[in-house]
Amino acid sequence: MIPFEQLLVQAINGIVTGMILALVASGLTLIFGIMDVVNFAHGDLFMLGAYVGTTVFVTTGNFWLALLGACVTMAALGAALQITTLRPLLGRDPLTTILATFGISLVLQNYALWQYGPVPRKIMEPLTGHFQLFHIEYPWYRLLIAMLSAVIIGGLWLFMKYGTYGIWIRATTQDRLMASAMGIPVPRVHTGVFAIGAAMAAASGVLFAPLVGVNHAMGFDFTLRAFVVVVVGGMGNLGGSILASIFLSLLEAFASLWVSPAQAVIVSFIVLILTLLFRPTGLFVPTPK
Amino acid sequence: MRTQRTGYWVGFVVVLGLLTVAPLVLPEFWRRFVTEILIWGLLAMSSDLLIGYTGMVSFGHSAFFGLGMYGTAAALLALGPPSLWLALSSGLVSAAVVAAFVAYFATRLRDIYFAITTLVFSQIFYVIIFTWTDMTGGENGLTFSQPPFSIPGLGSGRFTPVTLHWFVLGVVTLSYLGLRRITQSPFGMVLQSIRENEARTRAIGYHVERYKIVAVMLSGLFAGLAGVLYAIQNKFAAPDFVLFLVSGEAVIFNVMGGMGTLVGPVAGAAFFLLLREAFSRFFPEYYLIPVGVIFTLMVVFLPQGLLGFLRRRLNA
Repeated sequence: MIPFEQLLVQAINGIVTGMILALVASGLTLIFGIMDVVNFAHGDLFMLGAYVGTTVFVTTGNFWLALLGACVTMAALGAALQITTLRPLLGRDPLTTILATFGISLVLQNYALWQYGPVPRKIMEPLTGHFQLFHIEYPWYRLLIAMLSAVIIGGLWLFMKYGTYGIWIRATTQDRLMASAMGIPVPRVHTGVFAIGAAMAAASGVLFAPLVGVNHAMGFDFTLRAFVVVVVGGMGNLGGSILASIFLSLLEAFASLWVSPAQAVIVSFIVLILTLLFRPTGLFVPTPK
Repeated sequence: MRTQRTGYWVGFVVVLGLLTVAPLVLPEFWRRFVTEILIWGLLAMSSDLLIGYTGMVSFGHSAFFGLGMYGTAAALLALGPPSLWLALSSGLVSAAVVAAFVAYFATRLRDIYFAITTLVFSQIFYVIIFTWTDMTGGENGLTFSQPPFSIPGLGSGRFTPVTLHWFVLGVVTLSYLGLRRITQSPFGMVLQSIRENEARTRAIGYHVERYKIVAVMLSGLFAGLAGVLYAIQNKFAAPDFVLFLVSGEAVIFNVMGGMGTLVGPVAGAAFFLLLREAFSRFFPEYYLIPVGVIFTLMVVFLPQGLLGFLRRRLNA
């Protein structure tokens, strides 16, 4: 029997990773919902954001500057990628966007390997304190990550709900043609959304970096997780992806009490397959009539 | 029509002839290179059946390929005296079992959902193979010695690079003709009609899901065959070949060569391997940067691929 404290610690761990995953996945689902682009390179934006964070951190020594620098750089890179490769694909089969972003993913991943080498890099956490959680010392920083992620996602939600540009984005999601008839610059909205998604991926990358080393292969891992989350939560559904991230991370955290973390991933895969079989529109969306 | 078909067969014979004499005239390195192109070309053709003919992009072909490799390894390591045909059938059976499993679940989904599900399945098999060290050798994989080439009733002999090339060429050519026959059969026509308009195909009365399941299984079988050939050529099975990068490469071959032509993907594989060879002379480990850039540019500007313009003639 697993002691109760251990279950609680794993639950908190699950929520913390869940929030980071939610931050990655909400960018992915935003991009998908608005332009039908399945961004295969999303995890690599996450990874590259973390690397940019380490560079800024090494030069300035300030975690918050690293976070900001990574977001700005990756937003600019995201906008550039969208303009050069995804904009010409608008109106073609959505599958071609998978192929194009897959190409981008290869380039980004190998660029990171080339630029930063195979040795993982670390960023020091801005908050080093611990608090007593039963018999273990639990770092405050992990809770800070969860809160910051929640703040960023909440900010995105408010922006989408009340901001002028947020309303533009939602209008573009609902009806691209009508939105452009109303004078919304749809191509620019697309670029903006991709930039926002990339910046969110970068933010989560930097937040995640102190927990594990940054390495070039972590991007694919997160792409896959974010895909699973986005499908389980319902494609294009922001609330659903957040719930799904937390749900799946909790499951994996509990599963890793019994099996190795590498094998615990299979639990989310099984949830994905069951979801697709029995509720293909997503677990956390109302049943379509 | 008639002349087109004659032209096609003339081309076929010429290419086959060139590939047959290739190992006799090429130096060692390029001989191996051509054999490898054929093997990867077979993987590319198998995924073309899905991507080009049925309109389903699979990101999970590495599972079939890898299981073909491990099936071969299992037969050569565990069962009696190493036999080529036993290894071949064992590899095919493993790939077929996995393909049936994946096909049953993944074909319920369309477009990107299908792509993601196949990717996830291949990842599941990767995790299983990677962590089940007792059985699969884990990260190190399995090594074995090459089985002798044997024809029942005619005797046997060791593989030399040249006979291995001919063996691979024979298998790949037969697979090509088989796949070509499949795509031109009434069954293949239904697959192409699913690609063009799935709802209408269903409305005409075809059981679309059943056709898709069979398509994925056939495709997985040929991918497994490619895995068997690769295992026999290289005398090992490794988890790296179950990793999704191999599936990604299969997709790259298709995009580069031209989907829906069967020959195109083989040309794509050749093009990709040549690019890799050329770039890895300049930057050994980062060849995927320029190759990725070329690939992305081709998706945007040359969606038909290198041989896409021949599509009509190649399917004649």
